[in-house]
Amino acid sequence: MYQYDAFDARFVRERVAQFRGQVERRLTGALTEDEFRPLRLMNGLYLQLHAYMLRVAIPYGTLSSLQMRQLAMIADKYDRGYGHFTTRQNIQYNWPLLKDVPDILDDLADVEMHAIQTSGNCIRNVTADPYSGVAADEVSDPRPFAELIRQWSSAHPEFSFLPRKFKIAVTGAPNDRAVIKFHDIGLRVVQNAEGQRGCEVWAGGGLGRTPMIGVKVADFIGETDLLPFIEAIMRVYNAEGRRDNKFKARIKILVHETGADEFRQAVYDEYARVDRSSMPPIDEELKRIEAFFRPPSYDALPDASPELQAAMIADPDFARWVRVNTRAHKQPGYAIALISLKPKGGAPGDATGAEMRAMADIADAHSLSELRVTAEQNIVLPNVKKSELFAVWSKLQAAGLAAPNAELISDVVSCPGLDYCSLATARSIPIAQEITERFADAAMQESIGPIRIKISGCINACGHHHVGDIGILGLEKTGAEAYQITLGGDPTDTAAIGERSGPGFPAEGVTDAIERLIHFYLRERQPGETFKETYHRLGHDVMKGALYAPH
Amino acid sequence: MPLIRDGGFTADDWRWLGEGEASAPGQNAVIPLKRLLDEGEAAGARGVEVPNNTQPESLAPLFGRLDLIVIPFPAFNDGRGFSLGKRLRRLGFQGELRAKGHIIPDQYAYARACGFDTIEISDALAARQPEAHWREAAASMSLGYQPGYPGPQNILIARYRARDADR
Repeated sequence: MYQYDAFDARFVRERVAQFRGQVERRLTGALTEDEFRPLRLMNGLYLQLHAYMLRVAIPYGTLSSLQMRQLAMIADKYDRGYGHFTTRQNIQYNWPLLKDVPDILDDLADVEMHAIQTSGNCIRNVTADPYSGVAADEVSDPRPFAELIRQWSSAHPEFSFLPRKFKIAVTGAPNDRAVIKFHDIGLRVVQNAEGQRGCEVWAGGGLGRTPMIGVKVADFIGETDLLPFIEAIMRVYNAEGRRDNKFKARIKILVHETGADEFRQAVYDEYARVDRSSMPPIDEELKRIEAFFRPPSYDALPDASPELQAAMIADPDFARWVRVNTRAHKQPGYAIALISLKPKGGAPGDATGAEMRAMADIADAHSLSELRVTAEQNIVLPNVKKSELFAVWSKLQAAGLAAPNAELISDVVSCPGLDYCSLATARSIPIAQEITERFADAAMQESIGPIRIKISGCINACGHHHVGDIGILGLEKTGAEAYQITLGGDPTDTAAIGERSGPGFPAEGVTDAIERLIHFYLRERQPGETFKETYHRLGHDVMKGALYAPH
Repeated sequence: MPLIRDGGFTADDWRWLGEGEASAPGQNAVIPLKRLLDEGEAAGARGVEVPNNTQPESLAPLFGRLDLIVIPFPAFNDGRGFSLGKRLRRLGFQGELRAKGHIIPDQYAYARACGFDTIEISDALAARQPEAHWREAAASMSLGYQPGYPGPQNILIARYRARDADR
């Protein structure tokens, strides 16, 4: 994991002190509420429906057990004993008091964490593949690039008052788990024909009220050219992005209105003009950062584990959890294990202080003290010996964290919705809870197979409903909540925006409609077919018909 | 209108010309870009105010006639001026670069890093955000991560120098 040097540490401390001063100047009236708002947002502090909300950055979703324990402490001391892991690999606290926030930021700085740029019209916390460094299909660990960009984008003098927020995601694998085509900038670490490392660059993707798939801006930008290239994109956007209408201010609108070719040309023209005279050799800085992400010293193990096989035969529940919640690791004898934060009837992504501590303890005992946060609001133990999976599962069971539903139907992604959020037009969490209850049966879930259900409580789409196999959008229609269902969305390389099915459903009708669709799929699917495959074979109209058809 | 230079409030040695007011050669006077373009070489004023969406390349041929370029900030959260300032410096403008309008002390260091020398604010803003606030805000961050933006100590360069010293 990356560790702060004296510069990083001082930078974060100074930033906390600066924010203390800004809070004081707000209280004296020297700063108006309008002036204070972007300053507090750039320090992670929102004003929500009932209280302030603090969003803490978990850069590229990587956490140490020590940091997880500190997040638990903050949940217990300053909040109501829990936190909410978000689709952008961050954690949110829903009930901090304004007066406590500078102290919380100091507590975060104690474990090399912060809330810088988790909100506001600036470059947000950089996200990455949650299996970075351990995925079997990875070309190169994307986190050194993400860390380089995190530093470069922190308190950027030129790009802190952009037309709108700006999100960057990085993957290092051919299978995109970082949703790069739906980010303002998406990067994929690749090697060119000469064996040099660099990035494929996408821009102009996004969800929100106008979902768009990004366009490829460059096939290959060498690693030492990456920051100047991003600087060029940012400068074109900062100068040309629309500021007349908040809803048309994201870079996706600029790319769309300008046209991909003209936008690309503008970026390359600017790129040729970027001042590199005071840029130190960035390959050296990357190397410095990369040293922190070297693979840990794994034990040399055979890939198959007799202990694991025996335990799977002895305990079918454990066997199911292994089949559903573990993924291929690049190191023989190891596995990636997913901890689902989607228990039956729970609020997606929520974890209590006690649960966070339990996860930290398990990471210490079995995962080289490291954890990850996924865009699906789950937690990853990235380095578990297969022979220890049973011990991990037993401890997760004891902590109530062993739901065997990773990437299955009850692994629902949801924004906080009207229960917390001032923008929301409908509740999200109760819908998610009802779905997890309706489809609670583990055997049934496994037989349904992989399927993404994503719920947003308003058109801003924080629940990413546009990229769900089944997307649910909560709206308010003449005083009542109405839920619109989209089908066929896809956040991966085969990126697609879900298509609207038809008239919305009342809150109490959503789960029934989904159940009808699932039963139809189970009847119609061919052997081995996933929901997505059946959807594409039968087509949108046939599948959407099943949502409405009575049995 | 108060002017901030080098962290303190100071007197403005530039004057805005009224619409019909003649501009004499070599005058420390500011006129709008449109007038400068209309009058061509005859415009004697050495200062110009340009809209914040001006194409910077279009100004480059005028640099020799200008000692001051003023970029308006219609709202403090409209960051276009930062990129325009940066681009004008990159194109070689060496005169005074001024940000005018709604800028807050918390943006002062950013403005300087993007090439601005002076900030011109309204009397009301100066009353609410006195000189001490500008001085303190300018000094609040001693470090920065972006090469190519003068101001606080650059962390990437400091690390590079430390490595260089070890070699």
